[in-house]
Amino acid sequence: MRYLPLTSDDRQAMLAKIGVRHIDDLFKDVPKADLNPEINLPKRQSEMAVERQLSTLAAKNTSAGSVPFFVGAGAYKHHVPATVDHMIQRGEFLTAYTPYQPEIAQGTLQYLFEFQTLVAQLTGMDVANASMYDGSTATAEAVMMARRVTRKKRAVIAGSVHAHYRAVVETTTQFTDDNIVCQAPNPADAGAELQAALDAIDDTTSCVVVQNPGINGSVLDLGPVAEAAHAHKALLIVVVTEVMSLGLIKSPGEMGADIVVGEGQSIGNGLNFGGPYLGLFATNQKYVRQMPGRLCGKTVDAEGEQGFVLTLSTREQHIRREKATSNICTNSGLCSLAFTVHMSLLGEKGLRQLARVNHKRACDLRDALTAAGFEVLNSSFFNEITVRLSKGATDVVETLAADGVLAGVPMERLYPGQGFDDHLILAATETVTDEDIAVLVSKLTEAVQ
Amino acid sequence: MSMNTQGRPTAPVAGSVADGTSEMTPVFESFSGHRGLRLFEPLIFELGSTETTGVDVDEAGDFEMSIGDLERTAEIGCPGLPEPDAVRHFTRLSRRNYGIDMGVFPLGSCTMKHNPRLNEKMARLPGFADIHPLQPTSSVQGALELMDQLSHWICSLTGMPAVALSPKAGAHGELCGVMAIRAALEARGDAREVVLCPESAHGTNPATAAFCGYKVKSIPAKGNGRVDLDALIEALDDTVAAVMITNPNTCGLFETEVKDISDAVHKAGAFFYCDGANFNAIMGKARPGDLGVDAMHLNLHKTFSTPHGGGGPGSGPVVFSDALKDFAPLPYVTMSEGERALHEWSDEKGQSLGRLTAFHGQMGMYVRALSYMLSHGVDGIRQAAEDAVLNANYVLASLQDIMSASYGGPCMHEALFDDAFLKDTGVTTLDFAKAMIDEGYHPMTMYFPLVVHGAMLIEPTETESKYNMDQFIRSMRGLAETAVAGETARFEGAPYFAPWKRLDETQAARQPVLRYSPPEPDQK
Repeated sequence: MRYLPLTSDDRQAMLAKIGVRHIDDLFKDVPKADLNPEINLPKRQSEMAVERQLSTLAAKNTSAGSVPFFVGAGAYKHHVPATVDHMIQRGEFLTAYTPYQPEIAQGTLQYLFEFQTLVAQLTGMDVANASMYDGSTATAEAVMMARRVTRKKRAVIAGSVHAHYRAVVETTTQFTDDNIVCQAPNPADAGAELQAALDAIDDTTSCVVVQNPGINGSVLDLGPVAEAAHAHKALLIVVVTEVMSLGLIKSPGEMGADIVVGEGQSIGNGLNFGGPYLGLFATNQKYVRQMPGRLCGKTVDAEGEQGFVLTLSTREQHIRREKATSNICTNSGLCSLAFTVHMSLLGEKGLRQLARVNHKRACDLRDALTAAGFEVLNSSFFNEITVRLSKGATDVVETLAADGVLAGVPMERLYPGQGFDDHLILAATETVTDEDIAVLVSKLTEAVQ
Repeated sequence: MSMNTQGRPTAPVAGSVADGTSEMTPVFESFSGHRGLRLFEPLIFELGSTETTGVDVDEAGDFEMSIGDLERTAEIGCPGLPEPDAVRHFTRLSRRNYGIDMGVFPLGSCTMKHNPRLNEKMARLPGFADIHPLQPTSSVQGALELMDQLSHWICSLTGMPAVALSPKAGAHGELCGVMAIRAALEARGDAREVVLCPESAHGTNPATAAFCGYKVKSIPAKGNGRVDLDALIEALDDTVAAVMITNPNTCGLFETEVKDISDAVHKAGAFFYCDGANFNAIMGKARPGDLGVDAMHLNLHKTFSTPHGGGGPGSGPVVFSDALKDFAPLPYVTMSEGERALHEWSDEKGQSLGRLTAFHGQMGMYVRALSYMLSHGVDGIRQAAEDAVLNANYVLASLQDIMSASYGGPCMHEALFDDAFLKDTGVTTLDFAKAMIDEGYHPMTMYFPLVVHGAMLIEPTETESKYNMDQFIRSMRGLAETAVAGETARFEGAPYFAPWKRLDETQAARQPVLRYSPPEPDQK
C-alpha cells in the first residue's frame, strides 16, 4: 500500500523489540470475539483506479462553470485567482496543525492575524475571531453570545435571515430555554419585513438578527433597527451571506451592529457543494471576552521579536471545559487562508471594483427580466434578486436544468409550504456574461408559457 | 582555505558556529532584516496599499445603482498587493510553519498522518468543487452518490446502521450525537439531567454536554488508566442521560471493559456516546457497533487523512445505533426510483433533531476521505491501524526504560508518558517539548490528558517508516538522558534553532492586540 512505509521485515523487527510475536498481541485488550471482524468492503486500489472511479462520479454533476449559472441564496460562484489555490496547497500550510506551538507556526498565526484584521475592516467592527465552521453556525453562536452579554433569552430572527440559518439557530438552542422568535420573509416588501423585526423588539429581547442583503436579495438601512435594539438593551446581530457586498454597501458596523456574522465563502473559496466554508464572526472590543472561537493575538518572543500566539483561551473548552463560551475546537483555517490570499490580491480597490461589477450584472439581469415582462420584487439589492413567476418555480428550475441552465433557487425549497412556490431567487456575479443573461431570459420566458 | 584560480573559496571554513570552533559566529545583523533563508516578512498592512490591486477586474463603468443611499464611502483599509508580492508574502509565511510534509508530527490524539495529494486532486474536480449546494438534485446525482458511498464505508467500518455526514468538525459531531440522545430521551418522555465523562475526557466532551443543557459529572479512572467500572455503575441512575467515553481513550488505551460499560449504561436506560477521535487505532480491527456504542463521531481529518490545514476545516460525521437513527439531523440523502434526493426539511416521523449547518456538510472532505478509503481498501485500512499501533508500541518499548510510561503496555495508537522521570531535574514537560523543536520534530501533545502529571502523549501514526521511528527515538533518548543527567542548558531556552524563541503568551492575554492598527501619526 503506497501510503504505508513499513515493510514486513520492519514489522517483524519491531514486534521483536516490543517482545510480542504477533500484531494481534498488541490488540489483546479488544474483546477476542470482536477482533478482526469480516467487513465486506473492496480491497486496495491503485491511484489510477481511484482517480477513474471518482472522476466518473464527478462527471455526473453539472458544474457551475459549465452552464449559465444564477444560483445563490447563501453560496456564490465567484472567480478565484489561481494564486489562491497554489498558496493554500503549500504543504507547510496544508499539513500543519492548529498553531499550539507558536515557535514553529508563525506562518499560520500571522495570516490569522491578518485575516482577523481584514474581517474587522470589512464588517466595520473592532475585532474578529479566527473563523468558525460557516455562516449559519456563526449565527447560532452569536445568538448565544447575545444571551451571555444581555442575560436575556428572547431572540428575534427577522424574515430576511436565510431559512437554513434560522433552522440552525433553532436546532442549536432547542435544549436551552432560549425563546427564538422567527419571522416570515416578505419578499414583496423588504421594508415591512424589517419593520416587523423592529416592532418585535421589547425589553426581554437579547438580540435581533437581520440579514443584509436579505434572503431575497434586498439591501436595507439597518440604522433604525439598531437604535430600537439599543433602546431596549438588546444587541443587533447582522448576518452577511454575500461578503462581496461589503465592497459596495455600507458596513454593518457603520449601521450600528453589535455582532456581525457571515459566510466568507465568496472570497477565495469555491462552491464545494456547501462545504467547507468560512464562518465570519466580528464584534466590538467590549464583548471580546464573550466571543466564541479561536483568537490570534500579537506578542513578542523571549528576544523581543514580534510574533503571534493563540490567546484568550480561558474562554475555550480545553481550559474551561463545561463552562466554555462554546464547544468549538477548531476554525476553518485553510479557508481563512484562501480568504486572506484573495483579499491581499484584491485590496480595497479590487474589492470595490469587483463589488460594482457584481451589482452591475444584477442590474443587467433585473433590466432584462423586467423588459421581458417578469415581476422583479426588489427595489434595492446587491447581486441577487427575487422574481415572482406565473407558475411554480421548482418545475421551471428543473425544466431549465434539463436544458443546460441553472436558473436560481426556488423559494419553495427554502420555505416549503409557506406560499412562495412561484418565487425564484437569482444571483448574478461577475462570472455571468451578457449571453448567459440572454439565454436565461429566453428559456425562462419559454418555460412559463 | 582552498581556492580556485579566480581566488574563489571552494570549501567552507572549518569548524562550526554551534561548537564555537568557527570564526564565523554572526556578530552582526543584516542590513535587510533577513537572515538568509529566514526572510523577514511584515504584515500585508505594512506592505500593501488600498490603491493597489493584484487582480485585473473589469470596470463596471457608469450605471445607475440600485442600493438606495447605502453606498460604502468611508475607507475600508484593506491593502492590495501585486501578484508577485502576494505570492512571496504567503510563500515566506509558509516557511515559518511545521507540517506533516516536513517531518514526524507525533501529536497525540490528533492523528497527524500523511495527506495524500490524490485526495486534493480529486476534491478539485469541477464536478465536486464547482457545484452549488442548492442546484437541482437532478444535476448533482454524482455528488449524492459519493455521499452514499462514503456513508456505506463508514457504516461498514463502524458496524453501525446509520450515519449523519453533515457535522462540520469533531466537536460539532459530538453536539450532533448528544443532541440526538437528548431528542430520543425527550421523545420517550424521559427528562434526564446528567452526562458522565471520565476525568481523562477531551474538553469538548463536557463543553458539548453543557451546551445541550446537561450537568456534567466526572467519573474516575482506575490505576490502569481505564474507566473505573464500579464507580461508573455507582453513578448510573435514572438521571443519567449518557456516558461519553473515548475509546481507545486519551491515555492511548483500549477500554477493556467496554462491553460491561455499554451493558451497564443501557441497563440504566442511558446512552453510550463514544468519542471516535482515536478510531485510527481500531479501524478494520474492531467495530464500535459490536461494542454497544449508540453514537460516535469520526474525525475525517484524523482517521481518514483529510488535511488539518493549520486548524480546520475538519469534518465530523456521526454514526448512530438503531435506537438513535431516527433522530439524526437534516439533511440526508434518500433514494427512490433510481434517483437520489436530499431530504432537507422535517422527516416522515418528525423526529429529526434538525439542521446543524447551512448546507450538507463538508463535501470537500467527503471526497478526500473516500479517496483515502478506496485507495487503502478494507485490507489497507486494517494494515494502517496495525502499523499505527505497532509504531506507538515501538516508541513505548524503546523509551520506557528512560522516560516514565504512565501505564503498562501494550498501548493502542499512542504512548503516554508523564514527567516523573524529570523530577528534580528542573526540566518541565514544556521545556522538553520545546527541545524537540530543536531536534526538528513537532512536539508531542503536552499536559493532556489531565489524569497524569506533565503528560507527554506521543502518536506516531502509520505514516512513519522504521527509519523515521529510529531517528525519532534516538532524539528522544538523547533528550531524556541529557535531562536526567542534569544538563539542562539545552532545555532552558529551547527552542534555540527555531525561527522564533518562546513567545510571551501572558502578555498576549493581558492586553490583547487582535488586529493591526496603523501607527499613530506622531510615531511615523
